[in-house]
Amino acid sequence: MRRLALWLALPLLALAGNAFAQEAAEAALSVDERISAAVAPFVNPIVSTVFFSVPILGVDFPLIVGWLIVAATVFTLYFGFIQVRGFAHSISIVKGDYLDPNDAGEVTPFQALTTALSGTVGLGNIAGVGVAVYLGGPGATFWMILAGLLGMASKFTECILGVHYRNEYPDGTVSGGPMYYLSKGLSEQNRAGLGKFLAVFFSICCIGGALGGGNMFQANQSFAQMAGIFPAMADSGWLFGLVMAILVGIVIIGGIKSIARVTEKVVPSMAALYVGAALIIIFANIEAVPAAFGAIIDGAFTGEGVVGGAIGALIQGFRRAAFSNEAGIGSAAIAHSAVQTKHPATEGYVALLEPFIDTVVICTMTSLVIIITGVWVPDSGVSGIDLTSQAFSSNIPWFRYVLAVAAILFAFSTMLSWSYYGMKAWTYLFGEGKARELVFKFIFLVFIVIGASMGLGPVIDFSDSMIFAMSLANILGLYFLMSKVKELLNDYNARLRSGEIRKVGKEAAAKRA
Amino acid sequence: MKELYLVGFDDTEPSRRAVEFAIARAKASSGKILLLYVLEWSPYSFLTNEELAERHGRRKEELSRAEKIMEPIVENVRASGVECDVSVRYGDPAELICEHASEHEAVQIVVGRAGDSPFKARLLGSLVVTLAQVTPVPLTVVP
Repeated sequence: MRRLALWLALPLLALAGNAFAQEAAEAALSVDERISAAVAPFVNPIVSTVFFSVPILGVDFPLIVGWLIVAATVFTLYFGFIQVRGFAHSISIVKGDYLDPNDAGEVTPFQALTTALSGTVGLGNIAGVGVAVYLGGPGATFWMILAGLLGMASKFTECILGVHYRNEYPDGTVSGGPMYYLSKGLSEQNRAGLGKFLAVFFSICCIGGALGGGNMFQANQSFAQMAGIFPAMADSGWLFGLVMAILVGIVIIGGIKSIARVTEKVVPSMAALYVGAALIIIFANIEAVPAAFGAIIDGAFTGEGVVGGAIGALIQGFRRAAFSNEAGIGSAAIAHSAVQTKHPATEGYVALLEPFIDTVVICTMTSLVIIITGVWVPDSGVSGIDLTSQAFSSNIPWFRYVLAVAAILFAFSTMLSWSYYGMKAWTYLFGEGKARELVFKFIFLVFIVIGASMGLGPVIDFSDSMIFAMSLANILGLYFLMSKVKELLNDYNARLRSGEIRKVGKEAAAKRA
Repeated sequence: MKELYLVGFDDTEPSRRAVEFAIARAKASSGKILLLYVLEWSPYSFLTNEELAERHGRRKEELSRAEKIMEPIVENVRASGVECDVSVRYGDPAELICEHASEHEAVQIVVGRAGDSPFKARLLGSLVVTLAQVTPVPLTVVP
């Protein structure tokens, strides 16, 4: 038990950043400790159940990580490597090749993709990768990429179901996501009871995940980054949280979309700046790239300098990839179910690009920079966002400020997305209605302040575990429903062949008119 | 075939004057009028999750509101004895106006000037400028 707790606490402690953790611990010791002690008896059993680990070759392997990877592998095989075969088709759909001009004004595949990405590209790509490389060595990168590639099949599966089983209301709004496909899909198979149970289980975990991983974790980590740069702010976490809460509140309660839109205009350019800076560092050290890839491949199978060797690298890579791209978690299915499409299968093709962009491209960039710049020192205590920050500023000194701003903006957009996911789960449980939504939104805002002002290890552990727990219900349902997805996919392919669904070029449109 | 005047309509005063202008022209040449109401829309703009979910409903609302706005305008044109069609579309105004002009072989595009105040004109004036550069048929800007 104790070893497990230590194993869990380590990345989070490390993540919190050494300077911040120490100062915060001194400043708010009593309050933190009291709250931690109060929730620990309830939280710890849940955390240790979700992250139940079995020792493999001397390393604790959390079964939940295996659960996600096995599922991704099953879907990859079941759909015949759809992420490879369907990749070109995905790009073509996102480019809008299949959009009917008469449907202009509806949500386009590109918009659905960017909205879903804004929820997943975030601290996981900056802080999470730092943790993975710190604990898992360069080899963790290899497993992270593999997990990202496999995860594409999970997203494909869940997003098709999300669209197929969504609810459409008379006013034209839509609600979809795992809670709807679990209950509706399984009742089609005469498993209504199980479906309902899984849907409720998923919703509860989704609310927990929204308040935790999608909120407190984000607030906490972006504040840690701020405090690292402006040490004077280290004690004003509550103030930071309050400002964040007000800004988020203006968007989700005040309905002022312009702030969201401003952020979202900035976030893609931040992402571009981030990737650009990573590329600059990689090209500046181009001679070190072959060695870096060598270290990644070697590390993946030997695990030199890593606790647990190759298995240790694998666990870290898989775990952080899952946390970053959320494949199999079910959150993306909520975001994607709103899209207007002639066939649910198109949404699967769009969604499979997410783990690719998030993990295979952006996460790999981060870890390449960390490896190339050689800032990774095993057991140095520099991990998470600090490690990434060090790596970037070793070549471009002022880049740590960009990274801090990026972290805050990423955190902000992730919070907005998760506030929506959590609210959808909330209204699924308690019914739709403005007053009920308001209650959840208010709770959400309170948790931002809590997350930013305290280093509540157990609470953050708990929320981390809630995000993963969503996958328990979701993936179980996906196994039951994957034959349905195949049915939908076959139907889609038949329509593609018959020409019923076809590319709509400018010329074709002009001819028809 | 009757000569077609394409009017880019956007529910502003100048665009109403553009309709009046087109009526006079159409009457003189016994032509007809096509009113094009473009709802600005980019397939690449960012939407929040909530907007994503509401989009389908919003679109219906916007279309029916646009139709309601167009109704009295069309009535007015027809009352003056000129044949009139309406098209409400989503997209980029300049692009759609040019597309419609070539498709329907309009003899002239008529639009209102950008705004009644110089400030507004600066802000919103890009449509007329863009049109002036790419229009496939003669373009009239009504003050």
